[in-house]
Amino acid sequence: MIRVVLPGHLRALAHVSAEVQLNVEGPVTQRSVLDALEAQYPMLRGTIRDHVTRERRPFLRFFACEEDYSLEPPDTPLPDAVASGAEPLLIIGAIAGG
Amino acid sequence: MSDVRVLVGTRKGAFVLTSDGQRKQWDVSGPHFAGWEIYHVKGSPVNPNRLYASQTSGWFGQIIQRSDDGGKTWVQPGTPPGEKDATQQGPPKGESNKFVYDTSSATGKPLTTHQWYDGTQHPWEFKRVWHLEPSPADPDTVYAGVEDAGLFRSTDGGQNWHELAGLRGHGTGPRWQPGAGGMCLHTIILDRSDPKRIYIAISAAGAFRTDDGGKTWRPINKGLYSPYIPEPTAEVGHCVHHVAMHPSHPKVLFMQKHWDVMRSDNGGDSWKEVSGNLPTDFGFVIDVHAHEPETIYVVPIKSDGEHFPPDGKLRVYRSKAGGNEWEALTKGLPQKDCYVNVLRDAMAVDSLDKCGVYFGTTGGQVYASSDAGNTWNPIVQHLPGVLSVEVQTLP
Repeated sequence: MIRVVLPGHLRALAHVSAEVQLNVEGPVTQRSVLDALEAQYPMLRGTIRDHVTRERRPFLRFFACEEDYSLEPPDTPLPDAVASGAEPLLIIGAIAGG
Repeated sequence: MSDVRVLVGTRKGAFVLTSDGQRKQWDVSGPHFAGWEIYHVKGSPVNPNRLYASQTSGWFGQIIQRSDDGGKTWVQPGTPPGEKDATQQGPPKGESNKFVYDTSSATGKPLTTHQWYDGTQHPWEFKRVWHLEPSPADPDTVYAGVEDAGLFRSTDGGQNWHELAGLRGHGTGPRWQPGAGGMCLHTIILDRSDPKRIYIAISAAGAFRTDDGGKTWRPINKGLYSPYIPEPTAEVGHCVHHVAMHPSHPKVLFMQKHWDVMRSDNGGDSWKEVSGNLPTDFGFVIDVHAHEPETIYVVPIKSDGEHFPPDGKLRVYRSKAGGNEWEALTKGLPQKDCYVNVLRDAMAVDSLDKCGVYFGTTGGQVYASSDAGNTWNPIVQHLPGVLSVEVQTLP
């Protein structure tokens, strides 16, 4: 079971109050996790990845095991700790303002 | 007696303000979609409990929301809350947020670039929905004006959106340029007397009209004069801030341009200036009295460099002559130390007798007048900055 932590605004949009848990078939990658997330919560389509290009929206970042995976190719395997469910994939809105 | 429902979009959520026909005591509900920018909320003229909202974010993109109970509950059209299986049969899921420009040759000339601030060509990029205009005939048909400028339509209650590509493809698109607020299509006027006629306006391209339901379009900017653009009387390139029309006089249009208040008596074929004795003719909003087609309202703003009222006095100006002769309406409005702005979609009128007039400010106040502007009272004073105000007169 893959664990994903969403930003607060997306938790509200998906009507969930805590981290979400997903079944992912095959290799656990950014793409496979986000595909599973959007299949389970279709209201999130277009909010994390662009609807058409499927690219990460510029102000969102992906973290796991205290590492930034945002710039990794989407088919790169995520850490074993994420694949085993020991650690969550964190989807974080970039902090902006001043 | 009728009730009134005011739909307010702000920088940090939507609010629904309701009152009876006296318009003295108000209930405030919200924030709906807390923390999100709500550019616009508008109800269907056919089914007043059907509302559409544009929920948007620089982080998370565009969301379309719909309510069928007057704003008590909301869904993304086609994607009910708790939906768990996108593969099941039924309407497509998650498509209601999808706005994809049509570049097919079948619907318009393929068009992928417009003019950028430096004069070079720049790709058309969808950013957000500025304005939602429900059809006066069908609650499931709604138009969306978007940034970068384009016009979309849904005929299934907001589940799917398709561009009316003839607007961008009619020929002048490569010369359109963004204003300071982005290249937004912010005004959509559906002519109830002629379902095939639609007016739209874009900053900073100008006003446009279709007479065939959106297949073909033409600029309607003759008579506009903008000395700050390379060719002041150009066919396109004018920074139109808002356009208003009274339903009973569909060929009479009123425009608040960047500078200048204008009117047209021939469906936009030509315009003349009616700024008259206004203290400044810069501003964003303009609207028409519900029962007097020649009574119009503006809120003068000092200048394009100083987006606040002149002399720190918040004044609505009313003309009962369709322009040129204006009177200041000040009773109940702050007359010193007021430095808020009133954005282009943040004024509306109800259809009670006497006509109610409403506007919201960037300081979070929503003011109401239940006597056509003679006196004003704040409904709320501490909302997030107000982006849009619409009013529904309920049976």
